Amino acid sequence: MIRIGVDVGGTNTDAVIMDGNDFVAGSKRLTTPDIISGVRNALAATMEEAGGKVADVGALMVGTTHFVNALVRRRDLAATGIIRICLPSGASIPPFSDWPDDLVAGLQGRYRLIHGGYEMDGREISALNEDELLQAVKELQAEGVQEIALSSVFSTVRSDMEQQAFDLITKAFPDQSVTKSTDIGRLGLLERENAAIINGALRPLAGDVVESFLALAKELDLKCPLYFTKNDGTLISAEQVSRLPVLTFACGPTNSMRGAAFLSGIKDGLVADVGGTTLDVGEVQNGFPRPAGTAVTVADVQTNFSMPDVISIGLGGGSIIDRDAVTVGPDSVGHRLLEEAIVFGGSVLTASDIAVAAGRTQMGTSAVGDLPDLESLVAAMDRKAADAIARSRTSSKSMTVIAVGGGAVLLPEKLDGLPVVRPPHYDLANAIGAAIAQVSGEDSKVIALAEGMTREEAIQSVVDGAKAAAISNGADPETLLVLSQSDVPLAYLPGSNLAISVTVVGELNMKGA
Amino acid sequence: MSNRLTKVDREALALIAKGSTVLGAGGGGDPYVGRLMVQQILGDSGAVDVVQIEDLDHNALVLPIAMMGAPQVMQEKFPSGKEIPKLIEMMERLLERKVEAILCIEAGGLNSTIPFIAAAQMGIPIVDADAMGRAFPELQMVTLTLGGMGATPMAMVDDKGNGATFDTISNQWTEKLARALTIEMGGSAMVSLYPVLAGPSRDYLIEGSLTTAFDMGKILDDHKSAAAHVLAETYGGRVLFTGRVRDVERRSDAGFTKGKLVLEGQQAFDGSGMDLSFQNEFLAGWVDDELVATTPDLITLLDANTGGPVTTDMVKYGLSVHVLGLPCDPIWRGKEAIKLVGPRYFGIDADYTPLQSA
Repeated sequence: MIRIGVDVGGTNTDAVIMDGNDFVAGSKRLTTPDIISGVRNALAATMEEAGGKVADVGALMVGTTHFVNALVRRRDLAATGIIRICLPSGASIPPFSDWPDDLVAGLQGRYRLIHGGYEMDGREISALNEDELLQAVKELQAEGVQEIALSSVFSTVRSDMEQQAFDLITKAFPDQSVTKSTDIGRLGLLERENAAIINGALRPLAGDVVESFLALAKELDLKCPLYFTKNDGTLISAEQVSRLPVLTFACGPTNSMRGAAFLSGIKDGLVADVGGTTLDVGEVQNGFPRPAGTAVTVADVQTNFSMPDVISIGLGGGSIIDRDAVTVGPDSVGHRLLEEAIVFGGSVLTASDIAVAAGRTQMGTSAVGDLPDLESLVAAMDRKAADAIARSRTSSKSMTVIAVGGGAVLLPEKLDGLPVVRPPHYDLANAIGAAIAQVSGEDSKVIALAEGMTREEAIQSVVDGAKAAAISNGADPETLLVLSQSDVPLAYLPGSNLAISVTVVGELNMKGA
Repeated sequence: MSNRLTKVDREALALIAKGSTVLGAGGGGDPYVGRLMVQQILGDSGAVDVVQIEDLDHNALVLPIAMMGAPQVMQEKFPSGKEIPKLIEMMERLLERKVEAILCIEAGGLNSTIPFIAAAQMGIPIVDADAMGRAFPELQMVTLTLGGMGATPMAMVDDKGNGATFDTISNQWTEKLARALTIEMGGSAMVSLYPVLAGPSRDYLIEGSLTTAFDMGKILDDHKSAAAHVLAETYGGRVLFTGRVRDVERRSDAGFTKGKLVLEGQQAFDGSGMDLSFQNEFLAGWVDDELVATTPDLITLLDANTGGPVTTDMVKYGLSVHVLGLPCDPIWRGKEAIKLVGPRYFGIDADYTPLQSA
């Protein structure tokens, strides 16, 4: 079955066509300000390259930087209000503390604090008050708020109060769109709340983005389902992305890592994605990126949604060389590489130029000329790359570095003592990562270990729930694997209770698609 | 080196918060939450007055304010903002006099910023001093214990408005009872303890601590990856080691994070190795099996690439770090002090030897 993968990056938009696990065609086009024209260009070129092989497309899978861009540029953001369920705790640090003023203004941020929330052990701080909750919603709506986000203290330990508040609001105001913090983030109230606010602010845009892709698919006569790729490398339906756009924030690095693992056949290793300005290094474990453990700053706001643990340094094909200081980057000529680099007839010495001079690659039209200090410059570049590799490792175990991205040719054969490989189609790894994205299913339950039920049986029942969810999301039942599972004993309830959560993944079911 | 602080506004507080992570010696909790609370009260233009202890009347009542509990709880559940006025009212009632200034008990980590909330909320000055000169994990580990001063009368208030006072037979007992109640209160509480008069406490306080934190914050900002060497030179310490983290072993034990770190030498230390042990804070370090620093001297890790302090909670495999040793305040080097906070108290089988400066 044919799948089309699209990756919208800051500089380039890539599209690929895959037939099962075989690469059919792919192209790279410049990303346009309106985004969708760049996608149209890349898709049209790829479909043309594939000739007649695109009749039976099973799925269109998209990874896009739309949402991060809107946030960074403070554009297309909906007026958003946050209701934090916390009182009497929490009032000393209100929502939007430490946000940039222009971003708060950009999404017309408003907030209310109401009673409720849990202690770390699951005891109630205070009870949820329905009247207080609905009054807060009415007031926020009167202030012009379009989207509502909900956060609650220790909702990572117990999510029931946040769910109850969600149900009450949607029952009283059926048209009100509401984002729950537990759908997005982890421990750390401010960070989780920030992610929920950002999600709310992006929802209307997400609706528009989905529509523009559906319209483009129609225009290109693609009669297949549309999916977006999530931060964890799995798929989200067009309907889900319009509710939880924030879950696709970091799909770029994820798709490149998944694509690299797929192209190289290496399931456990390091991925070095070299672009025009940065080198991003992350680790894949069993074919999926290792998630970050700490807070991630997005557009100057602290968040903690699940993102791949990526180290990004200023080293790419366009990195500018300082010969006096013997340094490479972080300044870069960026997308002007084709005009400014010496090999392309320009006058700026870049990382690409020294890679050509060192015989690592061939590109451009002009000679680099004699560089007496070439050896020390290349050594400086390799040291910088090796340091990023070393920082990305979680053990001293030997593994392979998979180099992808347009600038992958810069890298030497070994980094930090590890072998470097460059798989075929390395420069289209992102779009390929999108095209091979899998489907996930999640389930979490609190189970009382009574009446002879063992821990293993309890976990199995949640695994079954997660599998059912994945199948209903479109996964092929034959291919399901458990991606992660956790069980935490709950001390606050009498008896022996386990909070179990499980995520499973599987291939997208193409049968009959 | 700047003169002693006289006022702290939001920018100065950000530098104190940053510098306090050096004094945190790997622990002390994240000062971020405390900084946000103070900013909320001060706004863009407010400031807290800072005084030296000698500027206060001999009999002026000085109240330390701190937050007690698990750092993870403070990331999720913030104070109501009403705790401190209630705490101060309870302490004033117990002591039958008015408070004239606020004191920082622990200049390392979270509790460097918490007392500023009290000073800003009550409109009274904060004393440029503290009772540790760094961070320590237990409540009796303060210089005032050496002066025979008791932690009680002590008051504790939670976010719900519950208050409790303590009257105990020793500072060790205060630690036990206060920790038990903190857990009942939901894992974190605001406390006032070790109430002192300005005159009698002066010989036992570490003066200029807030200024030191501010200056260290400035050094981190100005010197980035070279900060470790500048800090060592400025404060009579030494860069003990430079290397990459090759193993982290971390476990939770009786409310503390304990563990061990293994570093592989880089740059000047190529070919050598270093082991570090910690209990919230770094306790001791060995280079090629030779002990080079122990508590109460400060051992702090700085990211070799960015210069930012690295806590025992966040240190990760593969990170390149400078290990900075800084001498503790001389008050911690006496015999009684070493019994209270020296290596043997933490179960390390070694005698305290003062840090050798470069």
